[in-house]
Amino acid sequence: MKFSEEFESRFTEMLTHYPTKRSVLVPTLLYAQDEIGSLTGEIIAELAQRLDLTELEVRNVISYYSMLTTKPRGKYNVQVCTNIACMLRGGEELLDHCKKKLGIGHKGTTQDGLFALEEVECIGACSWAPAIQVNYDFHENLTIEKMDKVLDEYRKKGTQ
Amino acid sequence: MPDVSLTVDGRKLTAPAGTLLIEACKSAGIEVPSFCYYPNLPLQGACRMCVVKVEKMPKLQTACTTVVTEGMIVATDSDEVRQARKAMVELLLGNHPLDCPVCDAGGECELQDMTFSYGAAESRFMEAKNHREEQQWSPVAYFDRPRCILCYRCVRVCGEAMDVWALGVQNRGVNSVIAPNQDDHLECEECGMCIDICPVGALTSGAYRYKTRPWEMNHVGTVCTHCGDGCKTTLGVRRCDTGMEIVRGDNRDKSGINNDFLCIKGRYAFDFAHNDERLTQPLIRKNGKLTPSTWEEAFGLIGKRFAEVRDKDGGSAIGVVGSNRTTNEENYLLSKFARVVLKTNNLDHHRTADYAAFAAALHGKPGKTASMREVFNAPAMLLIGNDPTNQHPLLAWQIRNNVRLHRSRLYVINSAPIKLRRQTAGFGLVPTGAEARAIAFLAGDDSLLDSLVSDITNRDAWSALRDKIRAEQNLVIAFGSELRGADIQKLVNFASSLTAVKLICLSDYANSRGAADMGLYPDLLPGYQPASSADKFHHEWGGLPTEKGLSLPEMVDAAKAGKLKALYVVGSNPIGRLSIDPFVFSKSFVVVQDMFLTETATIADVVLPAANAYEKSGTCTNTCGDLQLVKKAGEVTGTKPDFEMIVRIADAMGFDVRKLVPFGGGTHADMGQTRGAQSGEADRHAVWLEAHNLEPKMTPFDPIAILDEIQRLVAGYDVSRINLLAGNDQHIEIAESGPSVLHKPELIVPANDDLFSSGTLGRYSHTLNSVMENKPAETDVAAD
Amino acid sequence: MASLVSHPDEVRVVSKRFGQGATNIDRYVDLDGYKAVQKALGMQPDEIINEVKSSGLRGRGGAGFSTGMKWSFVPKQSAKPKYVLCNGDESEPGTCKDRLIFEHDPHAVIEGVMIAAIAVGSHTGYIYIRGEYRYVSIIMQKAIQDAYARGFLGKNIFGSGYDLDIYWHGGAGAYEVGEESALMESLEGKRGIPRIRPPFPAIVGLWGGPTVINNAETLASVPHIMLGGSEWYAGIGTPKNGGTRLFCLAGNLNKPGVYELPMGYNLKKMIYEVGGGIPGGRKLKAVVPGGSSTPVLLPQEIDVPMDFDSLAKAGSMLGSGGVVVLDDSTCIVKFALRTIKFYQHESCGWCIPCREGTDWLKKTLTRFHAGAGLKKDIDNIYYLAENMLGKTFCPLGDAAAMPTMAFVKKFRKEFEDHLEGRPCPFEKVGAVEQLPVMA
Ligand SMILES: Cc1cc2nc3c(=O)[nH]c(=O)nc-3n(C[C@H](O)[C@H](O)[C@H](O)COP(=O)(O)O)c2cc1C
Ligand code: SF4
Ligand code: FES
Repeated sequence: MKFSEEFESRFTEMLTHYPTKRSVLVPTLLYAQDEIGSLTGEIIAELAQRLDLTELEVRNVISYYSMLTTKPRGKYNVQVCTNIACMLRGGEELLDHCKKKLGIGHKGTTQDGLFALEEVECIGACSWAPAIQVNYDFHENLTIEKMDKVLDEYRKKGTQ
Repeated sequence: MPDVSLTVDGRKLTAPAGTLLIEACKSAGIEVPSFCYYPNLPLQGACRMCVVKVEKMPKLQTACTTVVTEGMIVATDSDEVRQARKAMVELLLGNHPLDCPVCDAGGECELQDMTFSYGAAESRFMEAKNHREEQQWSPVAYFDRPRCILCYRCVRVCGEAMDVWALGVQNRGVNSVIAPNQDDHLECEECGMCIDICPVGALTSGAYRYKTRPWEMNHVGTVCTHCGDGCKTTLGVRRCDTGMEIVRGDNRDKSGINNDFLCIKGRYAFDFAHNDERLTQPLIRKNGKLTPSTWEEAFGLIGKRFAEVRDKDGGSAIGVVGSNRTTNEENYLLSKFARVVLKTNNLDHHRTADYAAFAAALHGKPGKTASMREVFNAPAMLLIGNDPTNQHPLLAWQIRNNVRLHRSRLYVINSAPIKLRRQTAGFGLVPTGAEARAIAFLAGDDSLLDSLVSDITNRDAWSALRDKIRAEQNLVIAFGSELRGADIQKLVNFASSLTAVKLICLSDYANSRGAADMGLYPDLLPGYQPASSADKFHHEWGGLPTEKGLSLPEMVDAAKAGKLKALYVVGSNPIGRLSIDPFVFSKSFVVVQDMFLTETATIADVVLPAANAYEKSGTCTNTCGDLQLVKKAGEVTGTKPDFEMIVRIADAMGFDVRKLVPFGGGTHADMGQTRGAQSGEADRHAVWLEAHNLEPKMTPFDPIAILDEIQRLVAGYDVSRINLLAGNDQHIEIAESGPSVLHKPELIVPANDDLFSSGTLGRYSHTLNSVMENKPAETDVAAD
Repeated sequence: MASLVSHPDEVRVVSKRFGQGATNIDRYVDLDGYKAVQKALGMQPDEIINEVKSSGLRGRGGAGFSTGMKWSFVPKQSAKPKYVLCNGDESEPGTCKDRLIFEHDPHAVIEGVMIAAIAVGSHTGYIYIRGEYRYVSIIMQKAIQDAYARGFLGKNIFGSGYDLDIYWHGGAGAYEVGEESALMESLEGKRGIPRIRPPFPAIVGLWGGPTVINNAETLASVPHIMLGGSEWYAGIGTPKNGGTRLFCLAGNLNKPGVYELPMGYNLKKMIYEVGGGIPGGRKLKAVVPGGSSTPVLLPQEIDVPMDFDSLAKAGSMLGSGGVVVLDDSTCIVKFALRTIKFYQHESCGWCIPCREGTDWLKKTLTRFHAGAGLKKDIDNIYYLAENMLGKTFCPLGDAAAMPTMAFVKKFRKEFEDHLEGRPCPFEKVGAVEQLPVMA
């Protein structure tokens, strides 16, 4: 299993932060996923071995956290918040719009692998609702028009 | 610990400080319902069924996580409490499939019981239930998610109590699901504890599922016949075409030395009893072929031939091989039969532990053996050799859980890094065969240290280990067959130098200890009395041969030399298990009593179809020396217990069977009346027999008829009959045995069984075979 | 990056350095940064704790427990190391304030953790940041690095002889992990299942050691208290509710945003003056005053000071500072459904009442909102919530039950309006079309 140098140095450093090895598990899984795209069996086996855990334990943890996934998904994960604050300001309409525009549903990935769509719970942008995150980037105070622009920009970036 | 007083439902109770409220209530007979709480497993507080009202607390409290405090006032059955529990059951039933009519657990389901108690039968929910397909995780384990109530008992018993950790919880919220370690299947010890402990029918056993309804079974508490640990098992039986079929094994009532523990063999491997290859008719070799015949013909032939050989060539021309799986009564009877009827001391069994040396070393040193129960409470334990996880699953369970629950200290000296090392406070890895040297080192011989060191245990580690062991005030030492003869004496000497030590000599079969205690030796009578000088047996049994008989290897040599004219094998397969050339017996008249046509039975002249330990009554003694009652559960028509067959052969030889089995009136067995303070026991005996359906027939085939003689003549066996017949285990003192004779170490041949094998028996268990086949092939078994 | 707002009524304490470039450590130091911790180093631990106690600072994570009191529970002597854990998991719907603090003033959080550590005798602190806040964690990482580079962290901080390490830690998406004991499980690399209490974290916490857990805003307030004094801080708020709070105004408002207002600020004023009132000439229908788990208030109930005790008296809770305003075009049934959908999704699944209760509430409300509700469902919804309340393993179950009960109690008529196949009166599309497919 080959991770980037950045991953490795972060991993090595993180191990020094805690009295037990397994404490690095949750953030490490997220970094591994960011790098590989999803948490493959190979990653699970590798991290289990590095942290003296069983693969079962690693899977137990992965399946608990919403952001972690064992299935590959699109390059840009469009996460539309529809929780109360966003809902009051049009979050659901944004989601519907994305569904139509991208032609995919909740947790779907477009055929070209560029976009994935996810309806998410509150992302901490309630005062700037409606808001979405594309991967880790926030886009706030959205309207349908602004949403289109955001998607177009990512499409451009992704197909360059 | 000081007691605290509290009030529960208006009753004043006291409980030791630190007691959980749920346990305090239970001790006082106040039932607090629970799903997730399970004694000796980590607390969860997850099911919320145990909620009670504690005065001064704003919310209801979970009795399973609340520790009793002085002056606490508790209500366990108020309207508020009942409503909370009712709601919990309603919520569970919401997603529960309610397929009780076809569910294995129906009738013995905790959710059903709870629904019954709290009346949550009316459904408030209209939506579809969450559904998932049932999964097969292994040949013996099935999982039905919709029935699961997520009490996490299975996860904990597998992890904490078994130290296997094969089950986990995946996903979150209502999608949470118990998951096996290999994605869609299990790789584990297949103990079935998870299935057993499941309060509903979510985990079911491949061996039992859809076979019967719980109320259609009878339940018989007896002893497992597989390894030497002697787990109590409750067999569920029901009528079938060929007699009584065993359909289930468990120990849910926690009545035995094993509490609720059983391993894969105890739980599922009773199925050998109903293997199609079971013999149900006597076979006699005619024109070179084993041919079905009648019992009369078979006994007539055996009686005639045995008598001929004895009368013509002398008893020394006859060899007898006894069994590690027959009862004490049968072994005692065989020992007596060989000497008194066949007039031979050529008697032996497949020895897997050197009990003779153990008895000799402990002679006159009372109180130095530990029972299986004591292992669970010992403050410190030392294990030398053996791999209990594989060879003594109950012992491993006791050790592991003693460490976990009582913080007992475990030390292990072994030539392999066995699984129990995970529980150790000190581990010494020795080169193969160097266990005895390690003992000498422990005893103070530093010259041996260099020969013991390894990467895992260096010089300092050995010294530290020795210091720790010697500092223990109260130690139980269990040792495997690596130690034999003089080495056992050395161990006992070392043990005697410490403050308080008790020992366990580990043997491999269900009644190995009983076989040894009952004198299945060429030179030792029951109770390890030397055959040459055991006056009480001469007195009781009449004239015995006193010259030393032949051991099993010597019988083989005698057969080769044409001097062994007859061989009588009872419940043993020496040819298959000890790699004996089958042709050496071609000139001997061979009689075999067995369930199957084993390698040994194949060469026999007469084969008698035998009943197994689940199909007869009597007693057996486990590896620690715990004596327990064996009760008849199953039955296969056409077979007979070995006891009856021995008596019938004696009769066919023209022997007065009253002299063999003291049955009926006029015998010189006194049935206990002359035993002073214990007089009157015979009456109680009868009451007990009746109460336990043992039918006091007092026929020559009643093994209980000879138990009295055993209790009288075999040192250590004079335990309370009442307790025994009540199903309680009792520890036998080997120290009272006679000074024994040292044997050659080669006579000990370990069975080398593991969790999934059980000598010849195991080959006839479909369950064990299917589990074995399902195991992934061992990856690199390096030949190093 | 989130935009900033302002209002004349604001009292800027925690937000004092917002928009001032204080992520830069030099700038932070210029703005009185790291002075408070140096002051604390010169004080006795008990003095620090007493100062925090008398400031009236109460936890900003939701429960409003006295911070000084919490610190005082940590045993002075402990065989196991003690820890300080900053809760930056911020996930309560309606709440978006910790993010701003991390973004604009990360050193204040670090300094707060340091002071807490000194007060309880801990030498290791962790700042747990929810996984979604990646950019925030990068800011925090840099801030910690800079503090180490200056010798503010590590061995012998400020030449005091005191060693102190602080690390940040990232989550991966789970609301329940914000619950303090689940937070510790998560930090230890496990599923976010809460722990049995007692023992409380102050006695047995991270890796078995005594642990102080505080919300990021709580900790960011501490340096200001150390510098300004407890009397000044207590004087800003109302009795027993010291200081200010970051209120996250959200929902149907003209000027939503995060405003720092004194504790006890009037809710009505907050909505109509600070938040600029309801847009589009619509009328106020209801307010969720402290994050989605707090019971809803009706327009006639909002003339109330926003502090812990006053809101409790009003039958709700101050919670996490998320004020969500609903105008009269909002369907309460739908709002209730969306709220419960969140808790159903986030329930850890450990205990029966929360796991099953949230799921059945969600199922029932979904059908109900779609127009296939029965009259008995209304009582059933209430019954379910009522039977969860106070019976779950951790407060998440209560968080789901309390608002649900309030919705049914206060808007029963609106529930009834959804009965008998009638489409949701607030829905543009025919609601029946959204009926879930029944298996
Ligand atoms: C389900 C649940 C979620 C919580 N989420 C958070 C959270 O995201 N951030 C937070 O600071 N506190 C959260 N809390 C409160 C914490 O358990 C804890 O009380 C708080 O971090 C203590 O800090 P404080 O005393 O400074 O408020 C949550 C509590 C519960 C029950
Ligand atoms: S209330 Fe129960 S199921 Fe819900 S989050 Fe807490 S422990 Fe988990
Ligand atoms: S038995 Fe107490 S919560 Fe389950």
